[in-house]
Amino acid sequence: MTATHGTTTRTAAAHERVEVTLTVNGTPRTASVAPRRLLSDFLRHDLEMTGTHVGCEHGVCGACTVLLDGAPIRSCLTFAISVDGRELTTVEGLAADDGTLHPVQQAFRDHHGLQCGFCTPGFVMSACGFLAENPDPDEDQIREGMAGNLCRCTGYAGILDAVKQAAGAFAGSATHPCEQHRVDADATDGHDREA
Amino acid sequence: MKPSAFAYHAPHSLEAALDTLAELGEDGKVLAGGQSLVPLLNMRLAAPAALVDLARIDGLDTVEVTDREVRVDARVTHERLRTHVAATDAIPLLREALDWVAHPVIRNRGTALGSIVHADPAGELPAVLALLGGHVELASAPGRRTATADDYLVGPLESDTRPGELATAVVFPRPEPGTGSAFDELARRHGDYALAGVGVTVTLDDDRKVRRADAAFIGVGATPIQVPLTDALAGQASDALEPDDAIDLARSTIDPEDDIHATARYRRHLAGVLLGRALQTAAARAAAGGTA
Repeated sequence: MTATHGTTTRTAAAHERVEVTLTVNGTPRTASVAPRRLLSDFLRHDLEMTGTHVGCEHGVCGACTVLLDGAPIRSCLTFAISVDGRELTTVEGLAADDGTLHPVQQAFRDHHGLQCGFCTPGFVMSACGFLAENPDPDEDQIREGMAGNLCRCTGYAGILDAVKQAAGAFAGSATHPCEQHRVDADATDGHDREA
Repeated sequence: MKPSAFAYHAPHSLEAALDTLAELGEDGKVLAGGQSLVPLLNMRLAAPAALVDLARIDGLDTVEVTDREVRVDARVTHERLRTHVAATDAIPLLREALDWVAHPVIRNRGTALGSIVHADPAGELPAVLALLGGHVELASAPGRRTATADDYLVGPLESDTRPGELATAVVFPRPEPGTGSAFDELARRHGDYALAGVGVTVTLDDDRKVRRADAAFIGVGATPIQVPLTDALAGQASDALEPDDAIDLARSTIDPEDDIHATARYRRHLAGVLLGRALQTAAARAAAGGTA
């Protein structure tokens, strides 16, 4: 998190566009945006990465969930400028270059954990962050961990089954769920990741 | 659902932040985790001219546990406090209350002190602060002050944070030995704001009889509603608690309102049920030697 600890004060006028650089799925990406730019819109509009979906835009639905330095957050409740310099993982960063699905994605496919698919990127990213923190969850923990994401069409049984399968896929593996296809390792200690 | 434009300041030190807040006066609003503020901005229920972001401040990120208290700096997230072993061993009520705060993904960014500054009447941490008799530390360019929970939590979404001030830390006193605690609440959906909830502390004497009991309710008044229960429970054995008098007292003290989620009558009933359960749990924990 040292990236957010500058020794200089940063300021921007209300309509001033300032450069924001984030490492997204291992690649540094820069865009000039106004301070009010939400991280979700930074991804979708400025970086043209539309895998991250925007549902309610006030933190209720979870569709916009991404990983910030490995921990899941709501990108609609975060300003891009606030996390300048930090590392993001989005749903685009999960599958391997050859198209092989990430174990969490594969599990959602296997268990039909989606219908229209709108909420799916958020569920997948929440599941990745959740499994990193809880590698061997029981059913109640899975429900608690996924409770911050809403699905309005297919119901939750398939989704919970998918998370269970994904947990099994990671069990005994040394691979960190969030780092499956990431370039570098999460350097935080899990107790030091607030912005 | 986009915020209106605001000027952005991300100072690198507390001193720089206080200077900026002093310059901005009523135009400045502090951004910490943003999990309550950004929804208000997105819905344009709030439109401050400038935000002062704590993200780049070097410091303000310590949890300090002493014999007397747990002190939590402004940038400490819910999740970090919830998983802080020394802090939650010192005050188990903190962990139990934080388990009820929203969802894990929200807790990853939302700050413990931020939820107290936000002062939502259904927020868990303001009630914990009131119940334990804690205080908030505030800094401004001219100086420092502290405010007790009673003085600080003024009304719904209203805390006594003055223009130019920054809430820098919250201090939760450790309960005295022989104290057990519990937090319980009910929401329509898991992680939503509670229809009603309650935190309690029960302190036993050497004969395992109640010497002191207190409750603080959420979601049933403009601020956390504190109800001293010592008179209603003193002298009762911890394993044969009869909470009816305490429940009646609480139901006549709280001031719930009707809304789309529940009637005032239901909330009053629910608050009593939750109190009864929480008291039994807290008394059992106290008897088992808990220190709240």
